[in-house]
Amino acid sequence: MRILLIGLWLFASSALALDAATVGKLGFGDGDEKIAAIAALVAEGDVAALALLQAAANGELQTSGKLVLVVKGDEAVDAATGAKVSPPPADAEEVILNNRIRREIEGAVAALKLISPDRAARLAAAKELTGNADEAMLPLINKALAREADPEVKQLLELTQATLELKTGTKESRIAAVRTLGLSTNPNTKMLLLGILEKSKEGSYAEPDEDIRAEAQKSLRALEGRLAWGERAGVLFTSVSLGSILLLAALGLAITYGLMGVINMAHGELIMVGAYTTYVVQNTFKGQFFDWYLLAAVPASFVVAAAVGMALERLVIRWLYGRPLETLLATWGISLMLIQTVRTIFGAQNVQVENPAFMSGGVEILTGVVMPWSRIVIICFAGAVLIGMWLLLTKTRLGLFVRGVTQNRAMASCVGVPTARVDTWAFGLGCGIAGLAGCALSQIGNVGPDLGQSYIVDSFMVVVLGGVGQLAGTVYAALGLGFANKLLEAWQGAVLAKIAVLVFIIFFIQKRPQGMFALKGRALDA
Amino acid sequence: MTGGISRRLYGPRGWAILALFSVAVFVVLPILHLSVPGDSPFHVSSYWVALGGKIMCYAIVAVAMDLIWGYAGILSLGHGLFFALGGYAFGMYLMRQIGSDGQYRQPMPDFMVFLDWKEFPWQWWNSDSFWWCAMLVIVVPGLLAFVFGYFAFRSRVKGVYFSIITQALTFAAMLLFFRNATGFGGNNGFTDFRRILDIPIATPQTRTVLFAVTGATLIGTLLLARWLTTSRFGRVLAAIRDAEQRVMFCGYDTVHYKLFVWTLSAVICGIAGALYVPQVGIINPSEMSPANSIEIAIWVAIGGRGSLVGAILGAGLVNGAKSFFTQTFPEYWLYALGLIFILVTLFLPQGVMGLLNRKKP
Repeated sequence: MRILLIGLWLFASSALALDAATVGKLGFGDGDEKIAAIAALVAEGDVAALALLQAAANGELQTSGKLVLVVKGDEAVDAATGAKVSPPPADAEEVILNNRIRREIEGAVAALKLISPDRAARLAAAKELTGNADEAMLPLINKALAREADPEVKQLLELTQATLELKTGTKESRIAAVRTLGLSTNPNTKMLLLGILEKSKEGSYAEPDEDIRAEAQKSLRALEGRLAWGERAGVLFTSVSLGSILLLAALGLAITYGLMGVINMAHGELIMVGAYTTYVVQNTFKGQFFDWYLLAAVPASFVVAAAVGMALERLVIRWLYGRPLETLLATWGISLMLIQTVRTIFGAQNVQVENPAFMSGGVEILTGVVMPWSRIVIICFAGAVLIGMWLLLTKTRLGLFVRGVTQNRAMASCVGVPTARVDTWAFGLGCGIAGLAGCALSQIGNVGPDLGQSYIVDSFMVVVLGGVGQLAGTVYAALGLGFANKLLEAWQGAVLAKIAVLVFIIFFIQKRPQGMFALKGRALDA
Repeated sequence: MTGGISRRLYGPRGWAILALFSVAVFVVLPILHLSVPGDSPFHVSSYWVALGGKIMCYAIVAVAMDLIWGYAGILSLGHGLFFALGGYAFGMYLMRQIGSDGQYRQPMPDFMVFLDWKEFPWQWWNSDSFWWCAMLVIVVPGLLAFVFGYFAFRSRVKGVYFSIITQALTFAAMLLFFRNATGFGGNNGFTDFRRILDIPIATPQTRTVLFAVTGATLIGTLLLARWLTTSRFGRVLAAIRDAEQRVMFCGYDTVHYKLFVWTLSAVICGIAGALYVPQVGIINPSEMSPANSIEIAIWVAIGGRGSLVGAILGAGLVNGAKSFFTQTFPEYWLYALGLIFILVTLFLPQGVMGLLNRKKP
């Protein structure tokens, strides 16, 4: 609180007036004098200087007699004293600025924004300065640092200060600077430290001072450790994210294939239907309530995909129970027709699904390691869908029926379970969850007619790997594949990682043909 | 003895149809293509020769598929892979035959010059030899199928599981071949062929010879498959399809039977691929897309499983329809294909052959 008060006091005291000679030079001096004046204004480093330079950049600076004026519309203000001059003198002439001076002014404005009262502006300025500040700005940065209260801005400024200090300062200040650099999380500072330690071909170091080299070595190690953790956290996050996407895509399949034994090759296209439903809902929400369209899109994509699925079950799949290979072919045919239908209605191009505002942007855990909100939301969404499905299967009457029909269709039928209707509902449920997956995927990827094709192999792999008839298997398999994919990807590139994972699954199936979590039975032909 | 075998293979009507087909492929079409002048209404243009050759290649694949699916009950979604592998193996030879006539006028294939490779990667060893590449056409798909099948059948992966992992295999291979670093031209694959056995490839004569060779291969494949399926071996296969457990309990090692027919089927596919590439003039990784492999299954299903001739019929019908639709109503082809998938599985479990046979008595 006290710091804040001091800051306010500093603003108040310095906002009063600027040095008249400097302002005069800016108005009347030749090119070099103008540049010197700009440097002086930067060194002064207060709000009035910023306002003046901004006015200059906007072409609002005029001269009249001995006065330098800032003219905005019909109002004129004396640039040095801040006093109003009214009416604006008729003989005012614009101050001519050439490109060189213009550039200087732009740089100065960027630097002076560091002392702007608006936190966002300060943060932006500090970010811009990291990496491209020059020595002349050091006094300004020191000044800004002294009054800065926000930790984030302060950290960025300290980094820039250390970088500059390293180039120009005394031995003590340079050692301190190296220490500060060691605390950063910015990959660029690593290059800076490496530069200190660099050894030329003749064996002489870029940095002659041994103490500084030793300190740099220490800082470098600390920095590398921190960067490595950042990277690990990043991989962990993307793995969980990919795992959650796979889980969403495969959960529906875990019901239709895992529980009911129907090979639904159109599963991917039901994901696509969900994504396009989201697109349609988004379009109807254009305007005021746009940010809330997902609230409608989630249930809508579930209902539409489930309806399509139930219709398919009634019309086609019902007649093919017990003939899995025929089901595979027929559902493939369905998928072709769904793709073509979507192409006819929406065109072959990808359509644009926009994130609501709260899902754009992300949390930056370290420099360069960003967790996008959209992915965080999807991870939570996948968890919610999983829990919902588990509750539905274990706690409701429909779930009881589905499990009963799965385990022993004939017996379930004997005790009065309407197996045909249960099939329809269960299939609809699985397809609806595919629709939910499509709704989620539309937030992070392209939505096009081929969307489903790219997920069908992956989602079958998840279910096959996890084992049929168990939700837990699906969850473990999805997360496991997510991790395997991302870890291998960091090491060998995305395509080889994917191939390696597929080959691994092929071998795994040889070893455990029933997947990780098989329902144990004693039938020979399981 | 030969009379005995021929009687076992087909009746007089069957042989007559086969003879008619041979006359059409080996005599009538070459004459219509080569000797009839281009402005005559009876002239067959090179487009139709290429299309016919392509469909016959597909028909060979369909016979291979019928062998494994119709007779052994194993639905493979990986036959597109074996087909493409054969095509790539022979394509290597065709690429070497371009010599220095490529766009960059250098002895290396264009895509390698483009990637700035100085020497051939190991996969291309000896690829300028026709016989070496012809051997690869057989060995590569055969070996892959043998190894994959050995592990899969030994651990009794079957039914839908087998289908899905063959699809995964094909998908993985497609991703692999899409990479430039794999050394097979990335997503552009091989194209722009000039010569085969030092003879220009685009002349009517070469086309006709390729067409006739494809026709001969098709007939040979059909007879071989027919001979195999009507033998004792074929009966065991059908028994495995219908009740594998019982066959095992009778003392047969079903793994050997399945492995043999699976490998043979893959080799036939490879040969078909090798014949396909010089006639169509391009091979790229999209041949390995899962969709292509599933389409092979529908050719067999629409013709009628377990009848071999039906597979040829199905391949011809579907691909003929495809050429027609994609030219006249391109946007309706997927609807038509999708409908075929659904209607055939729902209403025509025996395919077109089932229809024909039902009408006979």
